[in-house]
Amino acid sequence: MELARTPHRPDRRSESTPPLRGEASDRTHWLRTLGPGDWLFAATLVIGAFFALRRYGASMDVYDEGILLLHVPILCAIGWHWKAFRPFLAAVALLSLASIGLYQGNLARAEQAFLLKYLISSQTAIMWMSALMFMATGAYWLGLALRSDFADKTGSALTWTATTMGTAGLFVRWYESYLIGPDIGHIPISNLYEVFVLFSLMTALLYPYYERSYATRRLGAFVLTVIAAAVAFLLWYTFSREAHQIQPLIPALQSYWMKIHVPTNFIGYGAFALSAMVGCAYLLVERGILASRLPPPRVLEDVMYKAIAIGFAFFTIATILGALWAAEAWGTYWQWDPKETWALIVWLNYAAWLHMRLTKGLRGSMLAWWSVIGLLVVSFAFLGVNMFLSGLHSYGSL
Amino acid sequence: MQRGTARAWFELLSSMRFAISLLTVLAIASVVGTVVKQNEPFNAYLNQFGPFWFPVFETLGIYSVYNAGWFLVILAFLVLSTSLCIVRQTRPMLREMRHFREHAREASLRQFGHQASLESAADPATTLERARSYLAGAGLRFRASTREDGVLLAAKQGSAGRAGYFLAHGAIVLICIGGLLDGDLPLKLEMAIGGKQATSGNQLIADIPESARLAAENPSFRGNVFIPEGRSASIAVLNVGDGILLQELPFTISLKRFHIDHYENGMPRRFASDILITDATGTALERTIEVNRPLEYRGITLYQSSFEDGGSILSLAVRGLARGVPGLTSLQGAVGDTLPLAAGDARYTLELTQFRAFNVEDMGAGDDAAAARAQGMARIEQHLGSGAKTPTRKNLRNVGPTYTFKLRDEAGQAREFHNYMLPIEQNGRWYLYSGTRDSQADSFRYIRFPLDNDGKLETWFAVREIMFDPARRAEIAHRFAARNAGAESAADAAGLRERLAQTAEHTLTLFADRGYESVGRFIESTVPQAERERAAEVFVRILQGVAWEAWLLARERNSEAAPQFNESHAAFLRDSIAALSDSLFYGAPVYLQLTAYDERQATVLQATRSPGKPLVFLGSLLLVLGVFAMLYIRERRLFLLLKADEVLVAMSSNRKTIDVDETFQRHVDGLREALAAPDFHPTSSRDA
Ligand code: HEM
Repeated sequence: MELARTPHRPDRRSESTPPLRGEASDRTHWLRTLGPGDWLFAATLVIGAFFALRRYGASMDVYDEGILLLHVPILCAIGWHWKAFRPFLAAVALLSLASIGLYQGNLARAEQAFLLKYLISSQTAIMWMSALMFMATGAYWLGLALRSDFADKTGSALTWTATTMGTAGLFVRWYESYLIGPDIGHIPISNLYEVFVLFSLMTALLYPYYERSYATRRLGAFVLTVIAAAVAFLLWYTFSREAHQIQPLIPALQSYWMKIHVPTNFIGYGAFALSAMVGCAYLLVERGILASRLPPPRVLEDVMYKAIAIGFAFFTIATILGALWAAEAWGTYWQWDPKETWALIVWLNYAAWLHMRLTKGLRGSMLAWWSVIGLLVVSFAFLGVNMFLSGLHSYGSL
Repeated sequence: MQRGTARAWFELLSSMRFAISLLTVLAIASVVGTVVKQNEPFNAYLNQFGPFWFPVFETLGIYSVYNAGWFLVILAFLVLSTSLCIVRQTRPMLREMRHFREHAREASLRQFGHQASLESAADPATTLERARSYLAGAGLRFRASTREDGVLLAAKQGSAGRAGYFLAHGAIVLICIGGLLDGDLPLKLEMAIGGKQATSGNQLIADIPESARLAAENPSFRGNVFIPEGRSASIAVLNVGDGILLQELPFTISLKRFHIDHYENGMPRRFASDILITDATGTALERTIEVNRPLEYRGITLYQSSFEDGGSILSLAVRGLARGVPGLTSLQGAVGDTLPLAAGDARYTLELTQFRAFNVEDMGAGDDAAAARAQGMARIEQHLGSGAKTPTRKNLRNVGPTYTFKLRDEAGQAREFHNYMLPIEQNGRWYLYSGTRDSQADSFRYIRFPLDNDGKLETWFAVREIMFDPARRAEIAHRFAARNAGAESAADAAGLRERLAQTAEHTLTLFADRGYESVGRFIESTVPQAERERAAEVFVRILQGVAWEAWLLARERNSEAAPQFNESHAAFLRDSIAALSDSLFYGAPVYLQLTAYDERQATVLQATRSPGKPLVFLGSLLLVLGVFAMLYIRERRLFLLLKADEVLVAMSSNRKTIDVDETFQRHVDGLREALAAPDFHPTSSRDA
């Protein structure tokens, strides 16, 4: 393929040499930036995947195995691109395996083994996540109030720890569900309780990424506030509704699509929530409130856009996956069920947002307001539909 | 002039602002259909909105918003606007993708938001060479043009993002068209052109006229096929507004068996139909359809949609509640049947509507009260551990078969009933539950008939008969007085007994009218506030006393020994009196007790032919590709104007983001180094 044409140049020598290699050279360049740590990480992932295949292969079908293998390149890419992801992944793996080991295949051990009862059984780990998320929120607000880098760093560390505990908690919950009964075991993203944990985790995983790429920790106070709100709901839901009990799957949910539809959806929701909180920060800064402590509007606007872009892209996939699943479970890819319709509303809302950003004269605070209101729309789609409207998705009801 | 208006319309419809408004309007319009439940029976709406608003909302299409004309118009505008937008953008976009803009003027480059001026130390040829190497090394495509003010290297990257625009926006048009093919429109068209008309669902399939039948070739439909076990069907029923249409299927489906499997805790685990499909050619296909495992056959997809009763045979004991209705008769019928029922002089029709053999209900907390009361750390500790446990465990239990029926009087008024076949235990006592309601909108109110020591209803019915028999009031009142006034001295005894008997008779008369309600009303109207509570206690005691007498009387009649008065019997009396009071509002002259059943299940399969599905799925794929391309392939143009004394660097991008600034800065730094370095080699040249 000819990458560069130089019709006006008489000089023949330059035509054949460097320009033709342009892209290839770029690629080697990028691969060369990988150090031994990166290769070690990749090797660990591969070994981990094979370990999982050998150890648990018996209870997997061909799709499970395919998805497991697919995770190797995906996690590898994330880890190469974002170094902080690796210790997180390692810690989650270790905690989950430790918990599984401690269980010795016996659910009653959750009450007997000290470490299980007070650290890494699923409920306990999720409780730890909740507590740590609250602490992280406090730390970030302290950092904002006192302009303290130390407090900000603490907030960051606490967020990572909370996310690690929560993710391990979900993995252990997955395992526990199989201990209840092989026919009951399923991925823990099937009811409102579980997806609230997922929502907190997704938002908390997206945020540090922006923290790093924009080199600012000051937005933590805002983003962690929405996570803290989700966690508060989660606790209420646990204590007053006993919603944390693992329930078997009803027939409509026994589908492969669930495993990809739900997490994809929550990347979307998490990113939208994040952008709304940054939108709040934008509106404050614009009015001169906390302006000296927060990044300038230009940066806030950019974070907002990046978050909505990723949210929109994943939400598009999620909605389509939902339609594919509906085609299989309910016989129609789209039937204007309230949950579906609200997903469409959310999607249209952010499509409008993206177009507004491309239109001259509609940028700035209008966009910030729109993304804040977007969170209300998202919350309704996520929670309100379950609370106030009935429909086919009623298994997520309160 | 005309061309001018057309142009203006084109510009408006294809403009971004119009698109934003359209997306917003569509979002808001979609909300409507989630607030009002869609496609319910019209009666339900009539009840909900009343006679004034019901027709208004009907005209507005509120009951089926997503098929309403105005909603389709909004969608049509979306398609139109997106298509026009594509038309309008095609040329400029293709130009942007193809061209390098190597004729950009220096003056305009200097206007760019991102521009910098670098020194060039070397001779023009070397500078050019180095600049070219740099661009190639950075993965940019470029063109060079020599002109009088120098050499312009016009480079770019990420033009493929523009293709994303066509993919994503084209996909939206595709999806909308596909959706339209699978929606209501083809059916409406066929009804209009083919003269088809929906008909009422309350008739036999054989009676449905040709005008309400659709041929098997119909390209797009969605309907339900109802098949009882052991039977077959080759017709799907389509709901249209408040009526139905019949859709012939090109094959016959027979249901061999319908399965419902349950988890240990009673939640359903699997719904499945074992079916046999046969068509005109005689080919037979044996399959099992489950939720999430549909079957596609000859272009029609069959899904497990729901299940119903397929005509289970119910044997009922008919127990009279009203005067003049015989105490016990029996009856047999199948679910779906309508049977005549005579109760004394009144004639009723009995419509057996539903039967369920398996009902899981939460029987409430038993020993959990203490658990729920834990506080502080103890409360938290209860929620630690595995996700398998909860401190307040639900008490889910299969409570056995239930059935529902309607009892319609001669005036056509119907009341609905929901009865349990098996007794249910509550706090150590056993009851038979029966629920009643006036209309679909209400929930059932339950009466609990207490069972006697033999686990039978007989005692309660006997007590009832005596208590509510006006001819017997005086007798039981006197027996009651005789038993309860005995302890006083002989002188007052007669007078007291007489007064007590009168009070008891009066109480009975009151109670027979509207049960506790009329007793309560009587107390309110005759007793001062302060003493009401005590008065109520007295009345309750009297009621228990007379009920006890009624019980004894019933035993005597059957020549049975008198029971001992103990706590268990007292509880039975309390329950009996409550049920007596409730029975006055039961609304039926009989209680129908299910004694035996022979279950027949039926499956409901959804049969669809959706010609738009491939289009929609293709559109979805393109949409994803397009959205990712637009959002993540970033177009960048870098211009290097190599002049005698300087190198002008300028950059443009079709999106404003901070990383454009960063990329520009990186290029400027990179170029500065590249142009200055005397022996600069791009990495690639070493590789080569
Ligand atoms: C459901 C409907 C639509 C969706 C989901 C959609 C989606 C998108 C997305 C995701 C972008 C990229 C935004 C960005 O990069 O920040 C975009 C760009 C754009 N959209 Fe749409 N769009 C829709 C309807 C329309 C309509 C109706 C029009 C025109 C009337 C339109 C015109 C454009 C234009 C001109 C661009 C800019 C393309 C470019 O410069 O590369 N869109 N659209």
